[in-house]
Amino acid sequence: MTRAAASPWGPLGTAQFILIVVTALLVAAAVAGTAASGFDRPDVALAFGVLIALGELTRMTMPGNRQTAPIAAAWALGYTLLLNVGHTTVGHSGLQVIAVTALGMAVGELPHIAVGRAPRLDALARRLITVAIVALAFRPAADDLRPVEERWMIVIVVMVLLVGFSWLVDAGIAAVIRAESTRVRIGVAFRDELRAQVPLGLAIGASGMMLALSAGVMGLVALLVFTGPLLVTQVAFRRYAGIRATYLQTVRALSRVTEVGGYVETGHSRRVSRLALAVGRELGMRESELLELEYAALMHDIGQLSLSDPIPGGATVLTPAEEQRRIAELGAEVIQTTGVLDGVAQIVRRQSDPYLGPEQEDAPPLGSRIIRVVNAFDDLVGGSSDQDRAASVTDRLRLDAAGEYDTRVIEALDKALRRGTPS
Amino acid sequence: MRELPRRAQIYICVIVVLALATIIRGPLSGIPWMTLVVLALLFFITESLPTPVSDRAAVSPSIPVALASAVLVGPLGACLVGFAAVVVLRRNLILVKRVFNGAQMGLAGYCAGATFTVLGGNPGVPQADDFPGIVPPFLAAVAAYSIVNALLVGGVVLLTHPPSPGAFKRRGGLRWRPLVTVELPVLGYGTLGLFIAALWAAVDFFAAVLVLLPLYIARWAFDQYVAQQRAYDATIAALCQAVETKDYYTRGHCMRVSKASAMIATEIRMRAERVEAVRLAGMLHDVGKLGVPTKVLQKSGPLSEEEFAAIQLHPMRGLEIVREIGFLDDALAGIMHHHERIDGKGYPMGLAGDEIPDSARVIAVADAFDSMTSTRSYRNARDVDEAIEELRRWSGTQFDPVMVDALIRAVERDGWRAPEPVVPPAGVVRDHPQLDHDDPSLHLRAVGESRA
Repeated sequence: MTRAAASPWGPLGTAQFILIVVTALLVAAAVAGTAASGFDRPDVALAFGVLIALGELTRMTMPGNRQTAPIAAAWALGYTLLLNVGHTTVGHSGLQVIAVTALGMAVGELPHIAVGRAPRLDALARRLITVAIVALAFRPAADDLRPVEERWMIVIVVMVLLVGFSWLVDAGIAAVIRAESTRVRIGVAFRDELRAQVPLGLAIGASGMMLALSAGVMGLVALLVFTGPLLVTQVAFRRYAGIRATYLQTVRALSRVTEVGGYVETGHSRRVSRLALAVGRELGMRESELLELEYAALMHDIGQLSLSDPIPGGATVLTPAEEQRRIAELGAEVIQTTGVLDGVAQIVRRQSDPYLGPEQEDAPPLGSRIIRVVNAFDDLVGGSSDQDRAASVTDRLRLDAAGEYDTRVIEALDKALRRGTPS
Repeated sequence: MRELPRRAQIYICVIVVLALATIIRGPLSGIPWMTLVVLALLFFITESLPTPVSDRAAVSPSIPVALASAVLVGPLGACLVGFAAVVVLRRNLILVKRVFNGAQMGLAGYCAGATFTVLGGNPGVPQADDFPGIVPPFLAAVAAYSIVNALLVGGVVLLTHPPSPGAFKRRGGLRWRPLVTVELPVLGYGTLGLFIAALWAAVDFFAAVLVLLPLYIARWAFDQYVAQQRAYDATIAALCQAVETKDYYTRGHCMRVSKASAMIATEIRMRAERVEAVRLAGMLHDVGKLGVPTKVLQKSGPLSEEEFAAIQLHPMRGLEIVREIGFLDDALAGIMHHHERIDGKGYPMGLAGDEIPDSARVIAVADAFDSMTSTRSYRNARDVDEAIEELRRWSGTQFDPVMVDALIRAVERDGWRAPEPVVPPAGVVRDHPQLDHDDPSLHLRAVGESRA
């Protein structure tokens, strides 16, 4: 949803910078340490390294612009939790896990970089940190957990707890970075990150544990046999992420029909949606609510298509309230026919209803109140980026607020404008 | 059972008797019963929750459990586990189907176990020494399971819904792709059975939890994907219809052009992804009309040069809107060039013959066909035969003969639901008829050009 921090080599936020530096130091220490003490079971390390590289090759972007490499993560976790290969025990150190994972990821990224798809460094660093946390805690205890057959319940509990803990840390880091780049509140961002991670995280966790445990019986054959099922899971997630991206892209594109038809000013829908998102974040909305808000903002003028003639200039703020409400109702009807966007339809339907204050019964939803304010703002300011004009329009909205607009939304708009809308 | 054809009844009875006979013949001694009960329970749970792998096929995650049984409890044990399918929790499943499913899965399990044993596998919890020697017999067992399963199910489908004699010829022989899309996941899932078996040594029944959890998450992701896909289709359709609301006569045009375009694309055997793109392009082909002033679209008399130019621009305006939709790339050309003519006299670029992208040639035919079979203010709808006659007349000059033939074949086979005749609502009075730019028999032209 957020389009901030698009350039991987561009200016980084403080949190990102610290994360990347810490990870780089960790990797350097791990490589140096492992090189000094020598690799334990180089054949196993090589096999996992190659598989991690292949997994990194199939990395993908999940909704919310989250770059992940689930297959690489599963292999890395498998290597971290590995106790035996066949009959023989393996005793690689936590540092070796970090070194092998880092090298594998680096090799897997090379083809991506060659075709100009450079990785996001913060995402890369987070993936490595998650592995490092589990590795540094689990590897020293590995000797106490063997033989697995005799204490498998303890082994599983330890694994589950460690993996769960690493998720929490990862979600925390992701939330700090997101909060810094998009001005979303940290608490909200943390819950969003956790929610977004649950399904893939469960799949990665279960796969990694299964891999580590089955290698104890099957030896390295397990690695080969397991590739197929992992790919099936990955394909399902990839298709899901693909359709989500296409959906948003399509609604963004089609929101322009009102512009081409001359119903609204060029760029209106997009400006409203961008500003509405900034305001929504300012007000602490969740990611799923922001998605609904974005759809509603993009399509808020769709009802105008049913008018026989475009409103002059397309500015709905200047049309009579009755007409505004009719347009909102027509638009909501169109959206309702999809049968799936009921929340969006509700936001669009109530977008021109006045807000009388917190004690109002059946008050319009927050999304409607945001669109009402932002739409009025954009109608009065237009595409102009003049700061003074924006300030005077905000003041005018403040004066008109009584019985019309939600003052909290206006203040949030003011704050968002001062910060500069994220591009 | 009565409503089934006699041959199918006999077939089902034979399978059930065969499965029961296998069990009775025994010997049942030596089966680890505790393991068997846990496996049967797992089989029952997984069989109750089918996982769709594509839009048309569903594969149960019970397959890995069945194959794990073949390794852990041997052929007879696997047969007994398969019978757990009889009590599966699915509502609308009649008794005959339950019994048949149980017998069929029991037999498939038995065959898998027997294959495994014959090729040198030792039934029981595998130990580290068994690897990697256990892999070839296990893969053979997966293959046996999938083949027996396909044969038994295929038999019952063939006997209950016998294909008409012409079906094979018409569809160009057996279709391999659907078969592959069903069998490949079976093989992929099947290998997971070895994991359950191997993990059994280390973590007992928890093996199944570890193995099946990722499977269910994949299923969840796939469900999400299907739901999003539906939502996506519904949203595009709703937006296209919104674009059409102003004009009473062209309502539903985008949906029907989309459908006819997909029919043609399928008929000329485009790849599935391209059919999908053409279907969407057909839906979106006229969004650019919003950019043409209403008074020009509704004008009845001859058009001036400027007015005709405005109409000629609508494919470009459409392109402008949908250009950013990434996956449409191939179909974008279809939207931009859907008014080109094979003889080069179309617009906006005046491309001719093969220069016109095939997606555009598809949409052009679908577009004209729907226009002719719909009511317009200046004429009633023509019936399908007349419209086909008209398409034939312009085939080779305006339309690509390949696409015209494909549409005719598809319509003759599957039929075509023309829209209901339109009666304008009371109060809507048009002082002048509105000409449709899609109607091939009208030949909208600028005044100067038509004299030339």
